[in-house]
Amino acid sequence: MTTTTEKSVNPQAGKAGTPLLEVRDLHVEFRTRDGVAKAVNGVNYSVSAGETLAVLGESGSGKSVTAQAIMGILDSPPGFVTQGQINFQGRDLLKLSEKERRRIRGAKMAMIFQDALSSLNPVLTVGYQLGEMFRVHQGMSRKDAKAKAIELMDRVRIPAARERVNDYPHQFSGGMRQRIMIAMALALEPDLIIADEPTTALDVTVQAQVMDLLAELQREYHMGLILITHDLGVVADVADKIAVMYAGRIVETAPVHELYKQPAHPYTRGLLDSIPRLDQKGQELYAIKGLPPNLLRIPSGCAFNPRCPMAQDVCRTDIPVLHPVTDSRGSACHFWKETLDG
Amino acid sequence: MGRYVLRRLLQMIPVFIGTTLLIFLMVHALGDPIAARFGDKAPDPVVAAQIRAEFNLDKPLWLQYVLYFKGIFTGDFGTAFTGEPVIDLMARSWPVTLKLGLTAFVIEAVVGIALGLVSGLRRGRLTDTVAMAFTLIVISIPVFVLGFTLQYLLGVKWAVIRPTVSYGAPLNELILPGLVLASVSLAYVTRLTRTSVAENLRADYVRTAVAKGLPRRRVVTQHLLRNSLIPVVTFLGTDLGALMGGALVTETIFNIQGVGYNLMQGVRRQESATVVGFVTVLVIVYLVANLLVDLLYAVLDPRIRYA
Ligand SMILES: Nc1ncnc2c1ncn2[C@@H]1O[C@H](COP(=O)(O)OP(=O)(O)OP(=O)(O)O)[C@@H](O)[C@H]1O
Ligand SMILES: [Mg+2]
Repeated sequence: MTTTTEKSVNPQAGKAGTPLLEVRDLHVEFRTRDGVAKAVNGVNYSVSAGETLAVLGESGSGKSVTAQAIMGILDSPPGFVTQGQINFQGRDLLKLSEKERRRIRGAKMAMIFQDALSSLNPVLTVGYQLGEMFRVHQGMSRKDAKAKAIELMDRVRIPAARERVNDYPHQFSGGMRQRIMIAMALALEPDLIIADEPTTALDVTVQAQVMDLLAELQREYHMGLILITHDLGVVADVADKIAVMYAGRIVETAPVHELYKQPAHPYTRGLLDSIPRLDQKGQELYAIKGLPPNLLRIPSGCAFNPRCPMAQDVCRTDIPVLHPVTDSRGSACHFWKETLDG
Repeated sequence: MGRYVLRRLLQMIPVFIGTTLLIFLMVHALGDPIAARFGDKAPDPVVAAQIRAEFNLDKPLWLQYVLYFKGIFTGDFGTAFTGEPVIDLMARSWPVTLKLGLTAFVIEAVVGIALGLVSGLRRGRLTDTVAMAFTLIVISIPVFVLGFTLQYLLGVKWAVIRPTVSYGAPLNELILPGLVLASVSLAYVTRLTRTSVAENLRADYVRTAVAKGLPRRRVVTQHLLRNSLIPVVTFLGTDLGALMGGALVTETIFNIQGVGYNLMQGVRRQESATVVGFVTVLVIVYLVANLLVDLLYAVLDPRIRYA
């Protein structure tokens, strides 16, 4: 009711040409006792309504930190956004007051976390935690909010929602808990959902179910979705485009199928080569040599150069910009042409 | 749940019998109460024999215990050497100690949790540093030093309060003694709450609450605090019993004739009836407080279920 009117009033949502969310040159650092960890170093990406952007990258590449900066839930201190813009529905979120950002959080953009068991409050019923969205953002009564919670649980296909609304998170299975997280994110029909490895903590058997549900709901509500994941298989099925992160930067961005067919960055190629493939059963799995860089001392030039099979002198001195490979894809590699052809 | 409570209550019976017996034996081991009563003078044998007969002291120890135990079930906790029934003594002193203990309890719970919450939320900042230094000082000062100092300053030098508590122990006069009695526990509650809050502040579910767009106030009260209080409640519950039994020093300083005071008198005079009676009730208070904590624990943390 209220949400639908709000949605249609919004001039930016879903309009072709203007992306729903556009992150520009975002920098985030953590000022810790050991020094300044530069976790995000100039990330650029955008998502339109109804579009799915998959964010890939090794552990520690800054995928979650970027998401936290977008949501405005960065652990601060020690984390600080030092530069950049986060344009959402035509406004730079970084210029808003905390109060204005809070109104957007949960209502216009929502986040799904990896581990639903620890991400849900253990001492409150799921009905309470779902209903809280309506009570806080829409001033709904406790009773109406509970009815809404049941509706939501039905929506994400939790069996016997009416009976289970007063249960606690630990009384649900992992898959059901993640459905509750999804329901919570979906509650106010946000325009953008950020899902940070939503299926990693689940059994393989339920991973696909949960992912399908998420993709289905995204289509239905025409939301923008940022899907952070390690699972390249999932990406191929649901994403429209991919952004590959390395040491806090986007090293390659491309429509999914183009990237799979022909990576334009040696790091992306390494990632693709390390996927186990049925036709190469028995062969030793490829692994990118070396370790991700220490964020306190990121190598000069291209951060990937110490691990790159193609590295030349220029890679050790000059930071590569994101070269446009085609209209819709870019690669931050001095030798993107060679990589593309090789 | 009901069966659990019933089982716990039944478990109290052997504990009850065990403690009464133990205390009975301990008081007996202290020596001859008649000799203690007469001090240095040798008691007149006739009078002594009379007293012995009156208090069953001439009977074998096991019989004394059985007779005592039989009495309890008819509400007869025996008689003090002053001639006053122990039950009357208890009826007079328990309300006073209960009032003092509860005053102390409220102070330590309210002030301790509030202070710990603020410290935990502002860990490492000035408020926190000051609060932590303060709790350390309180823990390291012996209670009687704190008691006498506050009594002297507030009651004598500046005369803003009565230095001692008047008969009947009105609540307003119990605030200072309550604070003294609560002091050390208050410091522990503060530190415990602080640690727990700081730990939970980093928990994933708090991050979720923030990501939901909840106001900070709600994140703290509805999400953070309830989880953080679980260990604090355990401490508070066990402390409730300790406050009642440990009020002796405070009661002495402020001349409050409560349980501690009478228990001390009983021990001095080696009156088993008084000592056993008071200690038994203390044990029961302690057991009931513990049961309440366990039940409250299940209310606070739904992952705990008793069967
Ligand atoms: N609260 C924090 N305090 C200090 N440093 C942090 C904090 N959160 C993140 N970082 C730093 O930011 C870096 C990037 O973290 P991030 O969580 O974004 O990685 P990620 O790409 O999501 O990895 P993963 O796949 O393991 O989730 C980390 O390596 C860490 O050094
Ligand atoms: Mg992450």
